[in-house]
Amino acid sequence: MSRQLDRIGLVFVALLALAAILVPVLALATPEGSAFNIPPYLVQLFGKYLCYAILALALDLVWGYCGILSLGHGAFFALGGYAMGMYLMRQIGARGVYANPILPDFMVFLNWKALPVAWWGFNWFPYAMLLVVLAPGLLALAFGWFAFRSRVTGVYLSIITQAMTFALFKEFFRNDFGFGGNNGLTDFKDVLGFSLQSSSTKVALFSASAIALIAAYFVSRAIIGSKYGKALVAIRDAESRMRFLGYRVENYKLFAFVVSAVMAGIGGALYVPQVGIINPSEFAPANSIEAAIWVAVGGRGTLVGAAIGAIAVNFAKTWFTGVLPEFWLYGLGALFVLVTLFLPRGLLGLLLRPAREKAPTPETPALAIEEGADP
Amino acid sequence: MTLAEDHNPTLTSSILYLDGISVSFDGYKALRELSLVLAPGEMRAIIGPNGAGKTTMMDVITGKTRPDEGEAMFDGKWDLTRLDEAEIATLGVGRKFQKPTVFENHTVEDNLLLSVKAPRGVRATLFARREPEVHETIDRILVTTRLKDHRGRVAGSLSHGQKQWLEIGMLLAQDPKLLLVDEPVAGMTDAETAATAELLREIAKSHSVVVVEHDMTFVRELDVKVTCLHEGAVLAEGTLDQVSADPRVVEVYLGR
Repeated sequence: MSRQLDRIGLVFVALLALAAILVPVLALATPEGSAFNIPPYLVQLFGKYLCYAILALALDLVWGYCGILSLGHGAFFALGGYAMGMYLMRQIGARGVYANPILPDFMVFLNWKALPVAWWGFNWFPYAMLLVVLAPGLLALAFGWFAFRSRVTGVYLSIITQAMTFALFKEFFRNDFGFGGNNGLTDFKDVLGFSLQSSSTKVALFSASAIALIAAYFVSRAIIGSKYGKALVAIRDAESRMRFLGYRVENYKLFAFVVSAVMAGIGGALYVPQVGIINPSEFAPANSIEAAIWVAVGGRGTLVGAAIGAIAVNFAKTWFTGVLPEFWLYGLGALFVLVTLFLPRGLLGLLLRPAREKAPTPETPALAIEEGADP
Repeated sequence: MTLAEDHNPTLTSSILYLDGISVSFDGYKALRELSLVLAPGEMRAIIGPNGAGKTTMMDVITGKTRPDEGEAMFDGKWDLTRLDEAEIATLGVGRKFQKPTVFENHTVEDNLLLSVKAPRGVRATLFARREPEVHETIDRILVTTRLKDHRGRVAGSLSHGQKQWLEIGMLLAQDPKLLLVDEPVAGMTDAETAATAELLREIAKSHSVVVVEHDMTFVRELDVKVTCLHEGAVLAEGTLDQVSADPRVVEVYLGR
């Protein structure tokens, strides 16, 4: 079963690698209008899907393998995105509307005199990249430390993760919080000196996203394949049993949660230069819920399924919102219900042969309340 | 460690020392000044009607429940009321649950691998390598628990009896000083029950064991000192014949 899953994973990675090489060639080296030419907007669109796939993969690591249904993973994605957005804002420099060499436009507009401390150093790329990792990582560390030590599990944990992202959503909306308020960060010009408008930059960002997704897959796969990964699954299935075996369950969850948050942050950082904007709506609770739907549709606890789910659902979303915009949410809801009812292992379940030895309860409930080992 | 400095000979010479343990849940008294002493290497059977406090006692010993009052010491020096589940397990207290609790989605072998005494930290398991000694331990336990032919099977697909045995195997893999075994033969056939009694007697040669059981045939086969609990306190203690001759035991438990 798991060997089969690994093979599908390798095929997926190979396709991604191929895309990372072939898309730049087809987009840049073929003449416009040729049958092989990929227009830049499509490259950008699929680059965006790949970032979502990184978020889905990160969520699957904690949900599929540790039973932590985080409905706040969008917050980690958005924090990584904001860190990248802040770097991109500082790169605008004097090219902004108000031509202030230091202050981004929205600060000039708000009549601020100096750069807030939180923004210091963001003109330096390595520092911004460090924050892409640190901001979501530290939030996950602090949040997880309290939540897992207090043994908050199941639905209750899902609810407080929603509260977390909602709190950030509200906070980032405020102008005086210092991150662009309602409008967020936008009007980016270039990244590392390359114009964001040029096709070659768009293509490079696409390839970078594909490579990041490949790396995220391999890191997750290595974690799951280790003894730690087995312990993680055991915690998902019988948490208190693991405690009585002497495992510090909270540390196991915390590690997975932080790794997952960092991955989500990296996804967000790659997302922002491709869509050209980051605003508080990325923290919206619905975004995080949608990410959970991608994972469920693709196949929870399969890694590669989560990535495929993210790409497939978002592709459907793009198409659907183009054709029947007002019905998309119904479509999404119907998809979720149908997949839950008929495809317990998601879209990937269609590719997987049924397990030879079927455990009486192969599917752990999506919202396992604390394992009641003993009354 | 002021308790150990009291030079209480019973305390320092015992593997498990419970004195005056009381636990109440929302006013319901699950344990009332329960006292129990287990000598190193001893096997003890605990009997008693439903609600006598057998499982609560196990919860107190393993750190799942904190007692309102009383002393619970392990190995003469560890205060169990101050430690949590993982710490107590690491000290060497293993527990088998009433309902067999194995990791259903893992293979028999992986269930044992997770149980084998080894560093339990995140870093240790993240970079753990397959060690030959661990493999040997697992092989040995698979033979002891008669699961050798099932090592690659998913634990969820095992029969009820096999799950019980796997869980006992997981306890053995932990190599604890004290084993707490809650109703190990519930739902087993007579042959399985006899085999389990034999297995536990084998284990008791090198470990201290507390067995909670309803099945009197099984308790008789174990042939060890018996403690009868009733309403959260010890009602009688002695050989099975002594205990079952006690009129109070007959009235609350056996007579029904």
